[in-house]
Amino acid sequence: MISIWFFIGISLLVNGLLILVAGIYEIVHPPSHPTIVLFHVHANAWWGALLTLVGLIYCYFFSPKRAKN
Amino acid sequence: MTLPFAAVAPTQLVHLSAVDMIIIIFYFALVLAIGFYLRNRANTGEDFFMAGREMTAWVAGLSFLSANLGALELMGWAGSAYQYGILATHWYWIGAIPAMLFLALVMMPFYYISKTHSVPGYLKLRFGEPARAVSAVSFAFMTVLMSGVNMFAMAKVMQIVLGWDINFSIWVSAGTVAIYVALGGLRSAIFNEVLQFFLIWAGALLIPILGLYEAGGWTNLKAQIAHRASEQYVHMWSGLGHFTNNPMGINWVGIVFGLAAVISMGYWTTDFLVVQRILAAKDIRSAEMAPIIGAGFKMLVPLIVILPGLLGLAVLPDKLVPESMAAATGAHTYNDVLPLMLARYCGPGLLGLGITALIAGFMSGMAGNVSAFTTVWTYDIYRPLVHNKGDDHHYVKMGRWTTVIGVFISIGTAYLVMQFASIMDYVQALFSFFIAPLFGTVLLGMLWKRATGPAGFWGLLCGTLCSISMWTWVKIDPTALRYVALSPHAKALAQDMFQALWSFLTCIVVTVVVTFLTRPKSDAELEGLVYGLTKVPEVGDVPLYQKPTFWAAVVGIVFVALNLYFW
Repeated sequence: MISIWFFIGISLLVNGLLILVAGIYEIVHPPSHPTIVLFHVHANAWWGALLTLVGLIYCYFFSPKRAKN
Repeated sequence: MTLPFAAVAPTQLVHLSAVDMIIIIFYFALVLAIGFYLRNRANTGEDFFMAGREMTAWVAGLSFLSANLGALELMGWAGSAYQYGILATHWYWIGAIPAMLFLALVMMPFYYISKTHSVPGYLKLRFGEPARAVSAVSFAFMTVLMSGVNMFAMAKVMQIVLGWDINFSIWVSAGTVAIYVALGGLRSAIFNEVLQFFLIWAGALLIPILGLYEAGGWTNLKAQIAHRASEQYVHMWSGLGHFTNNPMGINWVGIVFGLAAVISMGYWTTDFLVVQRILAAKDIRSAEMAPIIGAGFKMLVPLIVILPGLLGLAVLPDKLVPESMAAATGAHTYNDVLPLMLARYCGPGLLGLGITALIAGFMSGMAGNVSAFTTVWTYDIYRPLVHNKGDDHHYVKMGRWTTVIGVFISIGTAYLVMQFASIMDYVQALFSFFIAPLFGTVLLGMLWKRATGPAGFWGLLCGTLCSISMWTWVKIDPTALRYVALSPHAKALAQDMFQALWSFLTCIVVTVVVTFLTRPKSDAELEGLVYGLTKVPEVGDVPLYQKPTFWAAVVGIVFVALNLYFW
């Protein structure tokens, strides 16, 4: 059976990648009038990167292929 | 029915981008995929209702915590933190941690070795059919009503925050829950609760991080709160000497004896919605470790609930107001503080994740209610009272249909609440009537072998009636609160605490009196159900770091240290 932690890894990985891409896009094309406070810290870029990394770790360690071995 | 992104109300708090919508849609796709994947692993009663009793301590523990971590809880307590300050943390620390540890070390062995499917099932074994019937019928009835109330509340929040159509929110969320619980049973509900746990942290943890950065750290935040509100907003215990010394209008007696000793103990140890997750653990060590793991994470929850409320007090430019004032002034309410903080710091993508965390919280809360209702209906009402000769396959089929019917009843309740808003207050109050006396009954049942079946039944009934009577008394005459809470300065929250305390004491006194008037069961009949007559199973010869008692001690020490630090 596929581990629940693998599903969580998939969720974090996909969400992390989407947020990371959105963050990088904002760095490359910054809005003229940012609507959020602390825009300059680019939270979505580094938080997205962190989620992607955690998601990758979970996907690797709990992948169905690895569980079979 | 209108599509959410087409139905934008003028009052909506946040606007979603395309990437936010993709994240939300991906969440729905993933929970449905989990449900379909698990559909072939829910063919027996043990699989469908108890998740095969094969959950690890971590899965059971996170699911146990997650079942309580609904979005209403997150938004409501963030609003309470804005309104009352750090006092709201009592509901996460003293109002949870001791009870979770008590469940793990004292009560869980009995639930687990009795191999009961539910809390009413334990009452049947200990006190007989009448006590089970009272408990099962009240629990099943209240659970579907609560599910409907939560569903309506979720739809309302989505309308206010995102401008989504209420009908759309109700039917999409209810349909999704019905599909994945009916397909995969409790295992599917548990898997999605663990997923929700991660999403909540991933979506909400940035708010306190960025908030503290903006406020200039904890010390500066405290100074700003003291300046904008009061010094008492950042102290947990120092203002609890008297009802008038703190913003909540409560004293330490209400917190310690009402909240910690009765309400919290009752909720965390006897509410089947949360206990069911632990009963699915694979062995006794996992069953004991699961609430301890839940307690460890519960201590951290104020970071993503209470701290955003406190940060809102310090950094939000506009003052938030109670619901009653919001309609007249057009200002945001206390309960809006979490979405407002989300909108303040979260750009595209992060906003979608934050909203997904709220939706996931709502849906897993609903799934928790529905799966608990399904089990209690099938095993504690349908099987003993309606049809006791069915085979396992018959009861699994009944469980699947009950899931769907339970969701439809919840939807009906949601629409009823939409028509008559006051029902919401009544349903929430009704739910609290049963918790305190149920705890008294289960506690005496486990710890006192002399307690008899009729005593359990009458204690439960009288305790519940006591709670209902006090609530009705204060409803008819609000000045009666001074008698219930023993102070003319008591406020609404104090009523809940003292009402629970009196109904618990009533239950205990009636149970003791009736016990001495009735014949006890023999010791042989009580084996496996009562302390002193049961060999409590050992966790085995494991290293210290794997022992539940060791981790309970660690959690207990951290709990005391936190309370002292924020005294």
